[in-house]
Formats: sequence, C-alpha cells, structure tokens
Amino acid sequence: MVAYLIRRIFNAVLTLLVVTLVTFGIFFMVPKLTGSDPALLYIGKTADKVALDGIREKMGLADPIMVQYGKFLKGLVAGRDYANGPDVTHCPAPCLGYSFKTEQEVTPLLMDDLPVTFSLALGAAILWLIGGVATGVISALRKGSLLDRVVMTGALAGVSLPIYFTGLLASAVFVYWLGWLPQGQYVPFLESPADWFVQLLLPWITLAFLFAATYARLTRANMLETLGEDYIRTARAKGLPERTVIGKHALRSGLTPIVTIFGLDLGSLLGGAILTEAVFNLRGLGYQALQAIKGNDLPVILGVTLIAATFIVVANLVVDLVYGLIDPRVRLG
Amino acid sequence: MSENLLEVTGLQKHFPITKGLFKRQVGAVRAVDGIDLTVQAGETLGLVGESGCGKSTAGRLFTRILEPTAGKIVFEGQDISHKSVTQMRPLRRDVQMIFQDPYSSLNPRHTIGTIISAPLQIQNIPTPQGLKTAVQELLELVGLSPEHYNRYPHEFSGGQRQRIGIARALALRPKLIIADEPVSALDVSIQAQVVNLLEDLQSEFDLTYVFIAHDLSVVRHISDRVAVMYLGKVMEIAHRDDLYKNPRHPYTVALMSAVPVPDPVRRDRAQRDRVLLTGDVPSPINPPSGCRFRTRCWKAQDICAVEEPPLVRRLDDPDGHLTACHFPVVEDEAVAGRKPATINV
Amino acid sequence: MSSVTPRPYLEVKDLTVRFETDDGVVQAVSGSSFSLEAGKTLGIVGESGSGKSVTSLAVLGLHRTRSNAKVTGQIWLDDQELVTASNEEVRALRGGKMSMIFQDPLSAMHPYFTVGAQIVEAYRIHHPGVNKKVARERAIDMLARVGIPQPSRRFNDYAHQFSGGMRQRAMIAMALVNDPKLLIADEPTTALDVTVQAQILDLIRDLQAEFGSAVIMITHDLGVVAELADDVLVMYGGKVIEQGPAIDLFQRPQHPYTWGLLGSMPRMDREVRDRLTPVKGSPPSLINLPSGCAFHPRCPYAGRNGDRSFTDIPVLTGGAHSVACHMSAEERTKIFQEEVAPNL
Ligand SMILES: Nc1ncnc2c1ncn2[C@@H]1O[C@H](COP(=O)(O)OP(=O)(O)OP(=O)(O)O)[C@@H](O)[C@H]1O
Ligand SMILES: Nc1ncnc2c1ncn2[C@@H]1O[C@H](COP(=O)(O)OP(=O)(O)O)[C@@H](O)[C@H]1O
Ligand code: SF4
Ligand code: SF4
Ligand SMILES: [Mg+2]
Ligand SMILES: [Mg+2]
Repeated sequence: MVAYLIRRIFNAVLTLLVVTLVTFGIFFMVPKLTGSDPALLYIGKTADKVALDGIREKMGLADPIMVQYGKFLKGLVAGRDYANGPDVTHCPAPCLGYSFKTEQEVTPLLMDDLPVTFSLALGAAILWLIGGVATGVISALRKGSLLDRVVMTGALAGVSLPIYFTGLLASAVFVYWLGWLPQGQYVPFLESPADWFVQLLLPWITLAFLFAATYARLTRANMLETLGEDYIRTARAKGLPERTVIGKHALRSGLTPIVTIFGLDLGSLLGGAILTEAVFNLRGLGYQALQAIKGNDLPVILGVTLIAATFIVVANLVVDLVYGLIDPRVRLG
Repeated sequence: MSENLLEVTGLQKHFPITKGLFKRQVGAVRAVDGIDLTVQAGETLGLVGESGCGKSTAGRLFTRILEPTAGKIVFEGQDISHKSVTQMRPLRRDVQMIFQDPYSSLNPRHTIGTIISAPLQIQNIPTPQGLKTAVQELLELVGLSPEHYNRYPHEFSGGQRQRIGIARALALRPKLIIADEPVSALDVSIQAQVVNLLEDLQSEFDLTYVFIAHDLSVVRHISDRVAVMYLGKVMEIAHRDDLYKNPRHPYTVALMSAVPVPDPVRRDRAQRDRVLLTGDVPSPINPPSGCRFRTRCWKAQDICAVEEPPLVRRLDDPDGHLTACHFPVVEDEAVAGRKPATINV
Repeated sequence: MSSVTPRPYLEVKDLTVRFETDDGVVQAVSGSSFSLEAGKTLGIVGESGSGKSVTSLAVLGLHRTRSNAKVTGQIWLDDQELVTASNEEVRALRGGKMSMIFQDPLSAMHPYFTVGAQIVEAYRIHHPGVNKKVARERAIDMLARVGIPQPSRRFNDYAHQFSGGMRQRAMIAMALVNDPKLLIADEPTTALDVTVQAQILDLIRDLQAEFGSAVIMITHDLGVVAELADDVLVMYGGKVIEQGPAIDLFQRPQHPYTWGLLGSMPRMDREVRDRLTPVKGSPPSLINLPSGCAFHPRCPYAGRNGDRSFTDIPVLTGGAHSVACHMSAEERTKIFQEEVAPNL
C-alpha cells in the first residue's frame, strides 16, 4: 500500500511537471514561433520602446526557453526576483509570474479568487451529491413507477439544458419575478455567513441541478445493476431487513463508482466554473480566467491553468487512493 | 502404430507477470510447463484436469494461436513452433478450434451465413456451387436448417450456437480440431446431442480431435486416448481403457474417484472408496519442487520433493501408458477406504 | 393410532410462480407439490430453465421483492404457511430456520465486506442480544467446522482472496451459522472442479448428519443426486414430472424425459457405450408451453395413446413413486425394460 502510494504521488508530480512544461511552452513559445513579440502582448501595442525593453529584460525574454522555464519552476518552488537594473520586484513562492498588465503578482491575485470558487464548488457539490444520489436511489427502488419516470425526465432535461439557460431562467424567476433572493455580490463567509449563504444559493442550485441530473441517472443505473447482483439475493436470504439490504449492501457497491466521478467533477470545478461565475457575476477563478483571456494577460492564464491542473491531478490521486480503500479487490489485488 | 499428426515435445508457455512503473518482470505463470505428447491421425485425444491446469493454453499452443515459450510443435512433419502469422495461414485450413462459450464466441452482429462463410472467404476456397449453398450444406451437416442462413446468433439456443461453432470449424475441412470444453456450458441432453454429432462428423470426415474437458465421464466416452494434466504438466497418458481401468497416478485415481456415479445403490461404496484430496491446487507461478502433485498426494515420500518423476512406462503397463510418479498405484491397492494422510497447504 | 398424520417438516402444495415480462407471462413453476422430512435430503434435478431455482427461491420467499412475480399455492414449514405469511414473518425465518447456498460463491458474497463480517451479520440478525465478540467467535468456529484452515486469520479476508472451494465452504458456514432446520443448496458444486465438488458434498453430508437438518439439493447432475438424495424430484418445463425414492427412481425410472436424461449421461460405472441416447430437440419456452404434455414435442412415445399427449396435461399419479405421463404403468415398464435399459 505504501509503495502504491509513493508510486501514485510520484506519478502525480510527474504529470504536473509535464503540464507546466506544456502550458509554459504554449504560452511563452507560441508567440515567439509565430514572430509576435511577447513583450508587446504584455503591455499592448501602444507601449513605447523603453517600456518594452524594460519588460523584456525583466522577464528575461532574451534567455533561451529552457532557462526561462527553469526560472519559472524556481519561482514556483522558491520564489524569484524580477530585476531591471535597480528596479527589483520580488515574487515569493509559489510565484506564478507577474501580470504586468494589472501590475500585480499572479499568485495573490488568484488567491483572492479562490474562496469564491471554493464556496461555489463545494456548496454545489454537497447539494448535487445529496440530491442526485437520493433521487437516483429512490428512482431505482421504484423503477417504472410514475415518480421514477418524472424524475428521470427531469434529469434528462437537467443534463441537456446549458447552464446559462438554467442560470438566467433561475435568476429571472427567483430574483426578478418572485423577488425571493437578492441580486447582488459575493459576500465573504467570514464577513457574514448568512449573506454568504443567501448570495450563493442561486448559483449553487443552478450548478447543482446540472450535476445532480447526471448523478441521478448514474446512481439509478448503478443501483439497478447492484440490486440484481447475487450478493444482494444472499443478503436477503440471510434474513436481513430490506433497509439493511438496501442501506448497507446495495448502497455500498452502488455508490462506489460515484466516488470516482465526484472526485473528478469536484477537481475540475475547483479550477473555476467559467460559465456559472460569468452568469452570476461571481469573481472566482473562472471569471479571472475569462478576464485574462479577453486581455491577453498570459501569466494569469498560465496561473489559472496550472491551478486547475493541480486540482484535477490531486483529485485523481485522491480518487484512486479512496478507491483503493473502499474496494478491497483493488487494494489486495 | 498410425502416423502422428501432431507431436509436441517439451512444450512450455509462461505468461510473464510484470510489476511497477517499468513493467519489470517479477515472475511467470507457468501455464504449460513442459509437456510431451502425440496426436495420431484419426484418433481423439482427451485432455482432462482441474480448472487452471493449462488445458486451454495447451490447446491454443497446438493451434498456434499462442507462441510457445519453449519446446517444439510439429504438425504433419513441419515444425510450426515459431512460424509467423503469414507462414501459418496455409496451415490454418488444417487446424481449427471450437470454443467453450457458445455465447461469446460468435459475433452477435453477423448473420450465421457470414460467420460460417468467413473462413472460406479468408482462405479463398473455391465453392463451385456458390458460397451460400456451401454454407447451407454445412448447416445441414451439423443438424441446423438451411433457412437459418440469415439469422443472428442471439436467435439460437446454447446447443444450436455450439453447432454453428462446429459448422464454422468444419468449413475448411480441417484435419485436426481442437475442441476446448465444447459441451461444458450445455445442458445434459444437449451435451449428448453435440457429443454424438462430433462422433458422426469424425467418422464422416476422418477428423482428428483433441477434446479438452474437465468432465471425466464425457472424456472417457469420446476419447481413444486420454492425458491427465496437473499444474501445466501431463501426469498420466494412456489408452482410454487402460487409464480408466488401471489408473496409475495418484492424481488420476483421486480425480476418478471424485466423479459422482448416478447409482444410489453404490453410494456407500463410492464414498468409502473415494480419495478426498485436501487443500487447493498450488499456484502455477510457484509450483512445488520435485513432483508438483506432492502437496496433495497421499503417497508422497521424501524423494517426491526432490526429484521430478519422468513421464514413462511403469510396472507392467502396456505400451503407451505413461505415468509421472515415483510410486504408481498398483491394482489391488485400489484405494480401499483411504482418506489422505496429510495435509493442509 | 391417530388418523391424522403429522405434517412433514416442509410441505409444498400446488406451488405456482409466474413472472410478467415484456415478452409475456413466464410460467416458471406450475403446480408443483412435494414434501420433505427433517433429516432427509430431497434432490431436485432438471435442465436449466426447468424452474429449480425459482422453486427454491419461492420457499425462501425471495420473490416477494420482485414486483413482476406472482406466487400462489401453499408452503408449509414446520406447520407455518409461508405464501400468505407477512413479509416480516418470512424474513425472520430466512437465514434462521431455513437458509440457502448458491451456485456461484464468488458473486454470492459481497465484494466489499470481509467473509467474517458477513457471517457475523447473518448470526447477529437472528441473535440480536449477542455482542460482537461472541458473534465473531461463533463465526470463526463455523469457519473451522467447514474446514477452512486458520479460520481466525481467514475471518478478515475478502471473498476474492478465497479459492472457489473455500468460498463455497464459507457460504456453507454462513448458511449454517444459525442451525437452520432446512438448508437449500442451489447447484452448490456446479462451478467447482470434481475434486472440490467431492469435498463439498462430503461436507454437506457430514454437517447434515450433525445438525439433522432437512436438505434440498438442486442440481442438473444426476450423479450428485444419486450421491446425496433420499428422494428425487425431476422437473421439466416448470412441472414435476417424476418423483420418488432415489433408489427406485434410478432403477426403474418411469418418465420418458428421465430416460432421456439418463441416456444422455456417459457413465463411469458402466462399459463405454457406442452412442449416447439423448432426448431430441431442446427445452420449451416457458412463455409458450406446448399444449398437453409439455414434453410431447421431444417425446418418442407421444402418439401412443391417441391425441391425449397433445391435448391433456398429465397429472402426477402413482403414490410414493409418481409420474406425470399418459402411458400406463405397464406400458412404461415394458418400454423401459425393452428399449431403454439396454442402452443405458
Ligand atoms: N494470457 C494469460 N496471461 C496470464 N496468465 C494466463 C493467461 N492465460 C492463462 N493464464 C493462466 O495459466 C493457467 C492455465 O490456464 P488455462 O486457461 O490453460 O487453464 P485450463 O486448464 O483451460 O482451465 P479451465 O478448466 O478453467 O478452462 C491459469 O493459471 C491461468 O490463470
Ligand atoms: N425474475 C424473473 N423474471 C422473469 N423470468 C424469470 C425470473 N426468474 C426466473 N425466470 C424464468 O423462470 C424459468 C425457471 O428459472 P430457474 O428456476 O432459474 O431455472 P433453473 O431450473 O435453471 O434453476 C426460466 O425460464 C427463467 O428465465
Ligand atoms: S511422485 Fe510422489 S508425490 Fe508425486 S504423485 Fe507420485 S507418489 Fe505422489
Ligand atoms: S404424456 Fe405422452 S408426451 Fe408426455 S411423456 Fe408421456 S408419452 Fe410422452
Ligand atoms: Mg480452459
Ligand atoms: Mg438455477
């Protein structure tokens, strides 16, 4: 098990390294290859020559690519200095670069956005996990009933409707028409938990609806398969009451595949839910990424990409380890 | 003695077990671990043994679906041990295989006609009366109706599917058919129909069979000679009657005594005479030293752990009755009320 | 002497099980009746789809969770009627007074719980007051009784870590942990090698002698039946077509289908026959059973008594050894002696 763990962590680090290399390559080399000037991309076409040279020197754009990459990695691990003569800017680890456009270090910029994204993703995750799994289980237990058919039709709608549609519809109904929920801004949890909650409710529900629909369908299918297994028949033959048969024996294996999907979904959401954040005007990682793309702010895009990749890789790792814990067939070979 | 259609010597197939990031080989499943035998033209050689002893692997080696790790396979005087796929193509006509699972061995998206004519087309066999007529004749031959030509496998029962598999194997008029548990998945009455069919086809087309099965009574019924396998090796091989009347190897004796006899009157005697093997078959990754049956053998002595008994003629056995045991079972010893002396592994 | 004979431990009367499916109504069991005394073994034989498993699941009341299943008739276990009993009453008997082992022990055990935990669970559900430690000791004791080496270590293993034979032993340990008075074994050795089969049959026989339970042994292998059963039931197309004491049934089988079964089996205890004499054709669909005697499309004697085989369903008659066939007893005896027996 320990060897397995070490191997997996080693793999995860390797994957991240490859991701940094590739993203770095794309963002820093492509302009070079296409003959455009990265320094220009940084500060826009209107910049004068002195400013451009200053930037070039500060970013070390004259260095060979591998040297630049090395410096970038060093920045990640140990922090780095951006020097242009006497004008030194220190960027502490983990340094994701320096956005010359907003004149800010990327790391703190993104760190500010993380709580928003985390709040959105975790809240929605709890909602869809409970909602999706519960409806899936109930549907499976009452397969073919009216309830089952209604739920599954709803789930089909949930899977097929895009988030900007459901999001805008929900806003229109709950905020503007019924006036049940305020239209407003993100409020940090520490400032006012109640406001934080109320403000996030609609984004949570909208995002959760999309995922819950998928989870309900998946759970239902898994449960139906599990309920047909021989060991469920054995559990009944032992004289276990139906609630133990379902609640312990069937759920245990019916929900195992959900763990995998959940980990991966959550991992990718933590890197930013661009559409949801845009629809509800939440300033999270996704929103930041959108702004950066609009403004050609390469270090920020690189930063968001790296953070998102890290979450996905870590989620993958966690899922595999958890899977090893819950499925003895994986753990014990 | 009639001519040998197939001769294998020292045949081995080891499946590597790899581990870790770099797929380091840490061992091997010794599925077939050195077998010698011959199959004579026109005979049926039965291959029996417990699950996992290497019967299917041996069958796949004979047809060269698998390449041996070591040893030699000679078919009609030609060494085919390491022939490439292209070199094997002309020989594919002569050696065909029938599989155990009548459900998974037929492509569900192809019609029966397509399935049975495929080998004819691949091998470019001219069919003077037309492909369809040729296939329909094959269908009739195996007891199906020519109208089944355009139907799909799922429309057939297990027994009928097995007949389709047999028709496909027969299409090329092979000399040798390796039948890997062809009746094991079938109900008794259907099983008997298929066994009869195989026997009829054998006499009609001069076929040679290697009949792989774990059911000793079916093997006895259909085979001329029988080889008993254990953990990748042949323990005993003999003419059917010699083997069943005079089993020499303790494993053969145990295997035979375990078969339930459909006669309640003899129940008590059968139980008294039964040699109950304890424990499980050891892992083929790490077979026991010396004689590989020794961990479950009631006759085992010290030498059995040290020296591997060769497969040779023992006592006053007739020619061709070979046993790999240092202490072969003698007739009047015939297992009266013996429970095994040892062992838990 | 009293004129009222005591009811046998298990008595099944006119059991019928139907399933509604998309293709139509599956008449899985139609009107079977049989009984079994404590300490005795009843063998049920028949080819796949003949209704053996459905019959045994009906005794355990396991069709109740299927919304498409309909069970009628009577099942008396120890003077309690089970078809009309409440779900809770039947649940309390399952795993307690009556228990079951299944064909494929790997899929019949939960992959995520240890073998020991599953046995403990079976014990505690019927012994609610018992603490975990006692239950654990009981489970280890059972594992030892069924011949699993190092039971206290293997207690913590999962089913996939056991070999096929050990899994079936563990299943047996689980089924017997509450000293059931009725054990149903549904093809317990079909997935196993002969050597392991012999071990498992031996084990069931020994444990039965020890516990004095009634055993129903379901199998498609007449050899297994002959080894174990006191009485035998032959099923075809969801019906009992022959029933009697094992010795009688094997020596003087009466039904043409039973003859076919025996003729299909190569036997190790006889000289090798030139040819097997199987039943022709294949088993019927239970959605569209043939009219009259369900066996008539495959029966070589169907035309013997006019049209009756094609129109009338034969009923099981004849006392201890009873048969469902329109031919007279003399006729059948004659055919068996002259045409069938010489070919067996
Ligand atoms: N491709 C493979 N890779 C690794 N091991 C294999 C492979 N094929 C077979 N084995 C192993 O080789 C051994 C022999 O397998 P084989 O299928 O020949 O057995 P068998 O005698 O046909 O058994 P059965 O009666 O169950 O069909 C087994 O331990 C099996 O797990
Ligand atoms: N849940 C079910 N729904 C529909 N048909 C079923 C169901 N269970 C069993 N059957 C059918 O009932 C018949 C008898 O099955 P079974 O008792 O399992 O046969 P066997 O004798 O092989 O044990 C078969 O045709 C089977 O397909
Ligand atoms: S060689 Fe020894 S261990 Fe092997 S079968 Fe013979 S007596 Fe048994
Ligand atoms: S009733 Fe008629 S068809 Fe049925 S078994 Fe008897 S003779 Fe055959
Ligand atoms: Mg095989
Ligand atoms: Mg069954």
